[in-house]
Amino acid sequence: MKKIVLFGRKVARGCAEGEALVTRQTLSGWGGIDPENGTIIERRHELRGQSFKGKILVFRGAKGSSGWSIAFHRARLLGSIPLAVIFKEMTSKVALGTVVMHIPAVTNLDQDPLEVIESGDWVKVDGDRGIVEITKRNEG
Amino acid sequence: MGGEEGPARQKAMELLVRYGEALGAEKLVDTNNVCGGISNDPFTRKYAAEAEDFDAVFSEFNLDSSVRVAIPRVKAFTSHLITGMDPEHWQIQGVEPAAYEYNQRREAFCSRIGIQCINTCTPYLVGNVPVKGEHCAWMESSAVVYCNSVLGARTNTEGTESVGASMLVGKTPYWGYHLDENRLGTHLVHVDTDVSSVMDWGLLGYYVGEVVQEQIPVLDGICGIPNISRLKHCGAAAASSGGVEMYHIVGVTPEANSLDEAFGGRTPEYRLDYGRAERKKAYDMLTTATDPEVDFVVLGCPHYSIEQLWEVCRLLEGKRVHSNTSLWIFTPKPLKDHADRQGYTKIITDAGGVLMTDTCPAIGRVHPKGAKVVATDSAKQAHYLPPIMGFETWFGSQADCIQAAISGKWKGELK
Repeated sequence: MKKIVLFGRKVARGCAEGEALVTRQTLSGWGGIDPENGTIIERRHELRGQSFKGKILVFRGAKGSSGWSIAFHRARLLGSIPLAVIFKEMTSKVALGTVVMHIPAVTNLDQDPLEVIESGDWVKVDGDRGIVEITKRNEG
Repeated sequence: MGGEEGPARQKAMELLVRYGEALGAEKLVDTNNVCGGISNDPFTRKYAAEAEDFDAVFSEFNLDSSVRVAIPRVKAFTSHLITGMDPEHWQIQGVEPAAYEYNQRREAFCSRIGIQCINTCTPYLVGNVPVKGEHCAWMESSAVVYCNSVLGARTNTEGTESVGASMLVGKTPYWGYHLDENRLGTHLVHVDTDVSSVMDWGLLGYYVGEVVQEQIPVLDGICGIPNISRLKHCGAAAASSGGVEMYHIVGVTPEANSLDEAFGGRTPEYRLDYGRAERKKAYDMLTTATDPEVDFVVLGCPHYSIEQLWEVCRLLEGKRVHSNTSLWIFTPKPLKDHADRQGYTKIITDAGGVLMTDTCPAIGRVHPKGAKVVATDSAKQAHYLPPIMGFETWFGSQADCIQAAISGKWKGELK
């Protein structure tokens, strides 16, 4: 199995591994997700109808309302959050949202995670050291 | 962080440090202008019903602490943003008595700890007008973009948890829009079509936000000086389709006396044009309705200014809202008091509409029973109502919306 290792910066500590769910688009929190089940509900979003619950969520960044963190905070209390997050673009919304989910998070990777990681790949996130290890689903 | 100021301020500092580290901030900066609040949605209400008291609710949702800590008075000047219901018209909004009682408890708690209960998404319309350079910690994307762009004050888009922490300790991470270098433009937008009405400004903001996402557009080629209602709509639209937290208008906004100043002497990373075709695209993106029978007209997102109340009353005076249609207009409570005095509330009521405060349909999830097809003059409301409420939505001018309210039919079009 082909493994790829990316190095970046810790956003929030902890380690987790699981199946990736990838979007090149930004995500809205309030009005963009359903905290009950972790489903993306934003109209015109490429992941509309899919849930990030129990996945490694790989996405471009956050957009929309300042209810971003509270939407993901509620999802945590309802048990519907991702196992870890990897994102590309830092904003106050995504930083706070990640912190209140209490899950590992990494950014500033040495390769574009949206190019390297595809939905279905197996991904390990080491939030303490800022390392991401990817096992490709379709190769090897 | 030693806890000498009590456990709540210690939790607040711990959260700000975790948040600051996630951002990569080098330090915290003092703030004495915080805008945020305590949620009033079904989830928080359910949590509150099972919690020991409001201190426990604030601990979880405003300090990210599952451990209950006693909440002291706020240290920073703090304004409460928009909430979940109108405290006067909650019954016609379909709000349950238990939710109303929660709201009363929530407001009493906020007053006790010193939060100003102005309950609006537009604090800058009712006296909280930060000065250029002032460090703020605001939530509410439409208020944040107004604060940075139009007023030249400095805030990131904060969240429920970070404003809770900031109000207790008077600090916020020194990151993002608090630093000069992060306030410069990235995208040059060449505007080569007439942008003059409030609707035009919403379309421009919505298109630009969709393209630039969370970056900083510089609008060039604007003729004339847009006023509060126009800039309020533009920013709210750009913050909905994208994540725009700051924009410049050359010759208008305080950090863009020239193109050179807006970009800090740098070359724009990207250039885009905004003309008739782009305007049409924004209009089409905002329209999700096909049924012309409008049963709900929503005005006042962001909350209407006095000028907009004056304008809507000129259209409504002596008219009658259609029997199958509800007209709800939203404004801050202090402006409703003015509308009462000015006779505007009576004009709206006599026409069969309702002037409401403290909330909006997207935030409060409040609506007339059975509503399905909405008309609004707000790009933000048109963006959020379909996913949140499942309404088909028409977008147009204030006049289009009032015509729909009176006739019960949508006849608006892009002119």
